[in-house]
Amino acid sequence: MMTQIVFYVFAAVLVLSATMVVCARNPVHSVLFLILAFFNAAGLFLIAGAEFLAMTLVIVYVGAVAVLFLFVVMMLDVNFTRMREGVQRYAPIGGLVGGVLLVELVMAFARWRSASNIDQIAHLVPSSPTRTNTAALGDVIYTHYIFLFQSCALVLLVAMIGAIVLTLRDRPSGRRQNIDRQHDRVPHDSLEMLQVPLGAGVAAQGGFLRPHESYDVAAVPGTYGTEAWRVREATEETQAVLVVTKPAESTKGKGDA
Amino acid sequence: MNWTLALPEIVLALSGLAILLAGVMQKRGQAFFSCTMMTLLALVVTGILVVLAPDGTGYGHVFVNDGFARFMKVLSLTGAALSLVLSVGYAREMEIDRFEFPVLIAFSTLGTMIMASSGNLMTLFVGLELSSLAIYILCAFARDRVTAAEAGLKYFVLGSLASGLLLYGISLAYGFGGTLEYAGLQQAVRGSAVLPAGLMVGIVFVLVGLCFKLSMVPFHMWTPDVYQGAPSPVTAYMAGAPKVAAFAVLLRVMAGPFGSMTPQWQLLIEVVSAASMLFGALAAIPQVNIKRLMAYSSIGHMGYAMIGLAAGTAEGTRGTLVYLVTYLFMNVGAFAGIVAMRRKGHAVSRISDLAGLGRSDPGLALAMAVFMFSMAGAPPLAGFFGKLMVFYAAINAQLYALAAIGIISSVIGAYYYVRVVKVMFFDAPAPALDRMPVSVSFVSVGMGIVTVFFIVGLGPVATAAQAAAGALFR
Repeated sequence: MMTQIVFYVFAAVLVLSATMVVCARNPVHSVLFLILAFFNAAGLFLIAGAEFLAMTLVIVYVGAVAVLFLFVVMMLDVNFTRMREGVQRYAPIGGLVGGVLLVELVMAFARWRSASNIDQIAHLVPSSPTRTNTAALGDVIYTHYIFLFQSCALVLLVAMIGAIVLTLRDRPSGRRQNIDRQHDRVPHDSLEMLQVPLGAGVAAQGGFLRPHESYDVAAVPGTYGTEAWRVREATEETQAVLVVTKPAESTKGKGDA
Repeated sequence: MNWTLALPEIVLALSGLAILLAGVMQKRGQAFFSCTMMTLLALVVTGILVVLAPDGTGYGHVFVNDGFARFMKVLSLTGAALSLVLSVGYAREMEIDRFEFPVLIAFSTLGTMIMASSGNLMTLFVGLELSSLAIYILCAFARDRVTAAEAGLKYFVLGSLASGLLLYGISLAYGFGGTLEYAGLQQAVRGSAVLPAGLMVGIVFVLVGLCFKLSMVPFHMWTPDVYQGAPSPVTAYMAGAPKVAAFAVLLRVMAGPFGSMTPQWQLLIEVVSAASMLFGALAAIPQVNIKRLMAYSSIGHMGYAMIGLAAGTAEGTRGTLVYLVTYLFMNVGAFAGIVAMRRKGHAVSRISDLAGLGRSDPGLALAMAVFMFSMAGAPPLAGFFGKLMVFYAAINAQLYALAAIGIISSVIGAYYYVRVVKVMFFDAPAPALDRMPVSVSFVSVGMGIVTVFFIVGLGPVATAAQAAAGALFR
């Protein structure tokens, strides 16, 4: 009795949230309802005694797939209102296809009969009634079919290598971090003390300095601060309104200690 | 459980992982050569272990090791090692000089080895996926070239479709046969007087999936584009090890679980074989690109090798095995010639680019001529003996029409093979090709010697093939 109540609660919430996935106006709400649907489906699996499947559903679908969906929905600029255009127009044909499918499913499953000797087929009967199906599945996957399991792992490894090989590119202009060089920096590399007369302002002294040398120290050799960079920066700087010049030797601070 | 049965596979997998790690540790640009050498060493060690591996089944009847598996594994390892040697010479120019290249070849070869010792339809599928997935990547490895990207994408899309069909066939066979193990399926098929239609359909789908991998007509559409677009060493590899492995599972599945229903599937194999031979012979005639020519030639050759399967006897299987051995060697040799086709640093691949090679580089021209004559089936060379044995098996199995079609199409095929020879020796010379590196000439000369003097080694090869076929038809 209790099981039946729980079943109907889970099933009702599942159907409702599945409907909301389609109907919700906000795509983020759709994904959240999808997660709710997954949890309820996992609950149904638990009632059926398939605890391994239930946990896998939660881990794989909620933990990975739904989060990925959410990521896509929130990160990519998908125009959902445009995708929803024409719902009215396609509703009749969609309903027709759905109806035909429903009738076919009913026809197929109404005549479904289990074989009379289904309980006696050896490999369908649990080896011992106290054994959980997680343990049984573990036996199958990690003991009987360990060879296939490991081969599948290699297939995934190859897929991973492929994704890296086909997409990873070395960008010579990229500003990669070189932690050693950063740690080796001392204030003297990046700071320059100026003697600024009172009331004169910094601009009169040649503006703010942009310390090229410090970038050179921090950057990976051959990336930032190369000759090409200097040329480009020089041309950009001469075009700028505020011309940054090196201060004269005499203005350099002597008492910067 | 006797896990040492799969020791060669385990060793190859672990060395693949180790080489991957070694490649990451080294500086970019320097890792390719050392990783290739390490992979070659791993392939050789694996080959030795394969020869020494004991017979038996292990891992819950998923994995079978017998004479047949050993024969096929040695063959596919040889093909992989030779195409890896081919990749060394022009790696930078072909944009394949990254350390992942040899690692992917190693994993793909591992997939072919798993296929060769499959004792279960699941093993077949996992091995096939492992080998195919690596090849899809290898095809697109020179990713900045449009042709390579096209080849990779085309092969991936069509290959996935074929994998889907194969998987559907496997699921049908499981549903109607009740098991995925070859031994169990064999019992189920033997036990039933009338075969369930679903099992029949399943077998057809499995056949279709494997025929796609073998580029048999009518599932050959991808072959010319992929062969042309992929880097030449990859093409040489694709025409070798994966075809050997696909034949290995085809022979094993057809002779083992479905062996007792030979009359039902025999006609299908005959039609596919005849269509492939004729198409391979006719469609190659107008080709001007030598890599496309080789693609059509491989379609035809797979058709010839299939004759042995159509015969459905141990003798036919022996013929197929010998055919695969000869094809592997002459194919790699011909691809060594194609890799060497470079002019002023750029790859050229038109047949007319070979004009006058007889004068500018007589050695290479002679080797190419040997491979072309061998592929045409001229008597003292390797290709002749393969053809002889499959035709002999076909006639003994009273498949006279198939043998006649085979002979007719090899006569037609001789036209375009000999035309390449004519272009090399008698046409007005084109500018000379670049000198080829040592690795390429090593493969070319080595395969040339094997092709010419195959008659010396025919006895041992035929004996080994006989033993391998015997393991299948116990």
